[in-house]
Amino acid sequence: MNVSFKAWAIGSTMLMMSATGAFAEVVFNRGNSADPESLDPHKTSTVYEANIVRDLFMGLMVHNAKAELQPGAAESYTVSPDGKVYTFKLRAGANWSDGSPVTANDFVFSWQRVTDPATASEYAYLMAPVVNAEDVTAGKKKPAELGVKAIDDMTFEVMLNAPTPYFLEMLTHQTTFPVSKANVEAKAADFTKAGNLVSNGAYVLAEFVPNDHIKIVKNDKFYDAANVKIDIVNYIPTEDRSTAMKRLEAGELDSNDDIPTEQLAELKAKFGDQVRLGPLLGTYYYAFKLDKAPWDNVKLRHAISMAIDRDLLAEKVWTNTMIPAYSFVPPGIGGYETSLTEYAETSQLDREDAAKKILTELGYGPDKPLKMEIRYNTSENHKLTAVAIQEQLKPLGIEVSLLNTDTKTHYGHLEQKGDFDIARAGWSADYKDPANFLDLCKSTAGTNYGSYNSKEYDDLMAAAAAASSPDERMKKLSDAEAIGVARDLCVVPLLHYGFHTIVSSKIKGWEDNVMDVHPSRFLSKE
Amino acid sequence: MLRYVLRRLLTAIPTLFVIVTISFFLMRVAPGGPFNQEKGLNPVIKANLERAFGLDLPLWKQYFVYLGNLLRGDFGPSYNLPDFTVAELFAAGLPISLQLGTAALVLSLVIGCAMGIYAALRQNSWIDYLVTAVATAGSTIPTFVIAPVYQIIFGLLLRWAPVGGWGDGTFANKIGPVITLALPFLAIFARLMRGSMIEALHTHHIRTARALGLSDYSIIVRHALRGALLPVVSYAGPAAAALLTGSIIVESIFQIPGVGRYFVDAALNRDYTLVMGTVVVIAIFTIAFNLIVDLLYAVLDPRVRYE
Amino acid sequence: MSDVASVSPGRSLWADAWARLKANRAATFSALYLVLMTVVCLIGPLLTSHAFTTIYPDYVRTPPSLAPYPRADTIEKSLRDAVKRARIEISGWRQEGARVFVAVSSAKPIDERVVRYLDRSDTFEDAKVEEKSADGLKLTMSGRVEHKYFYFGTDNSGRDLLTRTLIAGRVSLAIGLLAGFVAVAIGVVYGATSGLMGGKTDEVMMRIVDILYSLPFIFFVIMLVVFFGRNFVLMFLAVGAVLWLDMARIVRGQALSLRRQEYVQAAEALGVRQSGILIRHIIPNLLGPVVIYMTLLVPQVIILESFLSFLGLGVQEPMASWGVLISAGAKNIGTADWLLVFPSIFLTSTLFALNFIGDGLRDALDPKDR
Repeated sequence: MNVSFKAWAIGSTMLMMSATGAFAEVVFNRGNSADPESLDPHKTSTVYEANIVRDLFMGLMVHNAKAELQPGAAESYTVSPDGKVYTFKLRAGANWSDGSPVTANDFVFSWQRVTDPATASEYAYLMAPVVNAEDVTAGKKKPAELGVKAIDDMTFEVMLNAPTPYFLEMLTHQTTFPVSKANVEAKAADFTKAGNLVSNGAYVLAEFVPNDHIKIVKNDKFYDAANVKIDIVNYIPTEDRSTAMKRLEAGELDSNDDIPTEQLAELKAKFGDQVRLGPLLGTYYYAFKLDKAPWDNVKLRHAISMAIDRDLLAEKVWTNTMIPAYSFVPPGIGGYETSLTEYAETSQLDREDAAKKILTELGYGPDKPLKMEIRYNTSENHKLTAVAIQEQLKPLGIEVSLLNTDTKTHYGHLEQKGDFDIARAGWSADYKDPANFLDLCKSTAGTNYGSYNSKEYDDLMAAAAAASSPDERMKKLSDAEAIGVARDLCVVPLLHYGFHTIVSSKIKGWEDNVMDVHPSRFLSKE
Repeated sequence: MLRYVLRRLLTAIPTLFVIVTISFFLMRVAPGGPFNQEKGLNPVIKANLERAFGLDLPLWKQYFVYLGNLLRGDFGPSYNLPDFTVAELFAAGLPISLQLGTAALVLSLVIGCAMGIYAALRQNSWIDYLVTAVATAGSTIPTFVIAPVYQIIFGLLLRWAPVGGWGDGTFANKIGPVITLALPFLAIFARLMRGSMIEALHTHHIRTARALGLSDYSIIVRHALRGALLPVVSYAGPAAAALLTGSIIVESIFQIPGVGRYFVDAALNRDYTLVMGTVVVIAIFTIAFNLIVDLLYAVLDPRVRYE
Repeated sequence: MSDVASVSPGRSLWADAWARLKANRAATFSALYLVLMTVVCLIGPLLTSHAFTTIYPDYVRTPPSLAPYPRADTIEKSLRDAVKRARIEISGWRQEGARVFVAVSSAKPIDERVVRYLDRSDTFEDAKVEEKSADGLKLTMSGRVEHKYFYFGTDNSGRDLLTRTLIAGRVSLAIGLLAGFVAVAIGVVYGATSGLMGGKTDEVMMRIVDILYSLPFIFFVIMLVVFFGRNFVLMFLAVGAVLWLDMARIVRGQALSLRRQEYVQAAEALGVRQSGILIRHIIPNLLGPVVIYMTLLVPQVIILESFLSFLGLGVQEPMASWGVLISAGAKNIGTADWLLVFPSIFLTSTLFALNFIGDGLRDALDPKDR
């Protein structure tokens, strides 16, 4: 195809059709729960953006169809013996969509851009392992002092504060993706617009009509373009899940990243194994307000935790799209042994007996009922979960009331350390590492909604961060979880998330994985 | 009359100012902010974001900055979709909402009024009861029920129209949203029209006209209809403003990229600039249509005069 | 149109209207229906044998049926679910009359308290141990099958929809009528004042309406929740506060025209006091559109309430309202239709009744119709 990039990117379908005319283009209509906030990889934060940005851009490392790590923009890398310096050899021939080469300077520019406070990247903290990254983001040092440099055009070097076992895994996150320095400097804030955006991934942006669709087309400058089988991907925001299911049935969509889980049985009957379920690295939890009586009593917290029938929540409320959780860190992170609460293996009725005993010991009874309010952000499934817990606690004489607010009010209230008894929250992993979860219970963390404050825990987390070997680090993290979560219940883990997607049988190469990562370049359509 | 219109247009300016001011502060004292989310941010990053959007300034300063930008016609970038300015979002979505809204408004006014008049002329006949029943059903069944039923029947069973999406705005893409938008308003217009028409037909001068042997058509159009249209016109003002600015329910169920969703989504996302954009848009539509309605009063009823 | 009025010239406007209303069959019948609906919603939940909060995990999303549950084919699943939760194996089961016998085994000695799992299940009651092997590794227990009726089916949590629909009716009837009334009262007074005073007053009052139309309603609601917490009365305020605006504009439009009518001006010339004019002429002439718009307002109120619940101001779970049930039902069209159908029937029939009463009222009060 000799169509110049300009004409290509303006998104004139007609032009494209005449250029390719001879064969029918393969179009993949991909349902995505929401529009991306931004297509600037450094300003994205949600999985909806990750899906699209991953198709447009390529990081140093990439996930393949099974979410296994493989080299991307870097052809190879070397690690210094102390594990603190990574040197990446960039892939020759992996160019930007405007034909210019992706250079180490682009990476230096991009990484400095992410950490620069003026960029205000939501995920800048992800860069924390890089030397000076935290200080740059906090405005204490200049972006130029960030521990990255271009040895030559094709060699990019990163200096880390400490050996970071998950560093390579981290490079699959879109925050670490490169943007073209020339393009960003020329187009400034408008560089993400269709027609302006220059990317190095398998696809280029053709159209972005908010709330309607994002059309990306195959990038013929992509180094592996020969193996990209889908020509056009339309990302379609499908905020109404019921409509999405009908559009799928009508053939207007080929996949959707979410399903109305309450209809799972009917959907399975209708769509068969096109409905895909499996575990995901994420935890759905409740947090007690730990600095407030009576919730400062750890025995009481355990009593309530034990009385919550997680099996029932997983099976009946979430139709087995979630799994019962007894640890904060979900299973499935290699090398890490989760620390479970001690009643994880006992049966529910025994747990309830133990809970009753604690409540009686603490003097709660018919004449002194325990009152508790569950705060949650409005959503059908959060509501059903809270309602089920309310009913489960009723036989123990606990009077539960519910309070729902919209998401922003909910998290605003939690972040401001507003008053509550117990509140819902959730966390899903940015990359496969336990610290990503356990950091939430550190006394200094902004997301420590329950105000957990334990020196023992903080010390263990600090020891893990300073650990010299990956094994030691994992051990310390596991110990921290045993103290903070299993013993103290800084959070009450309820369920581990699962993905629940629906993919037409016409789409081939869709491999289920715990990161729920499915780059379009590895897919094909019949 | 012209002086009256000019005066009303002039008073629109202070009205808009009051609306913008109250909305700005109402929005800002509400809890939660654009950067509160399920995955909470660490304080340093939140501070960077607030600085980038000017939220670190004292509130009164932010207000004047906003007002200054607004006077220059700059609504600012959306918080939630920072790749777009508020003006760009409206430029993309408003034409779509206007197309659907206009079609729905015309459809509901014409059919609704025709049904109402016919029912009034045949008061207590089976036609009258049928109209009442249809109108009641139309005003009772919520949009979020009509829309999915339409999708199932026409999108899945008959396959006459797509389930959702805007496509290139073809007739097949529009018909469902238009019908769904129009139905509740059609029902209201039909009922208002029927009621006031019956009243109008019972007034002295209509009875006199009939006694004098004027033709039915002339009575209806020349005499009864004018007075009877008053309540319909009163309601049509706010209805037009509501219809033309889109509907979140219809747009999200049919997955139409209009602006109706912004009226709810922007508020829920605390997308401050977009909220203010929606406020200004709805204010302009409301003020304009209420002015048109007031002028129509004078046309329909010569006794109503504006000084 | 009744002629009752013309033969009794001495009666007051209101007595007259009352007589005509009573003569209107559709209106009378509808009024009775409304009373009946209210009584059913108040008393019904006590008679359904289910509490509106009770969750039956075995019966999530069960279709409506006049026959009792469980069905033969679901007994085994309930049995397996119950035994699985006790973390033991099921080795066989049989049904004899009303009782089900189940044999279980485990690698560890089985605690006899295991029967509690059978009791806990919604499907069985009166569970007991029938026999136990000497080593304690095998055990047979039995339980009586418990029959339950779900005439309207159950919801996504496994709660009886009939009971919930009735409970919801209490909330919706209260909100519909009270908030509707609040909106009408404010709207009529405001609109009539504006229209009758005319001039500058009208100008200012209508600009205030323009302003209120344009304010972002969601923030208003959120602020209400923040400052005053959740409160039933607040809900009426919030609903009334938005919905009176249309009413005010309609009434004001009528009033503008009415005050120029010959008979009003004649009354003014004759020295009739303002209040007299208001009561004798203006209000009766306004009633037509007001009554009609009011019947249109009630459904809006009931639906708007479900949105308030979304923002945390409306009813909170486990309470429900028709609006909340219907909006949940709409999401399940095509997969669990009963969730939409039953609450909708209740709501729609109630609104039909309201409309007929409205029409009856309008006819009865029409001053030109005497």
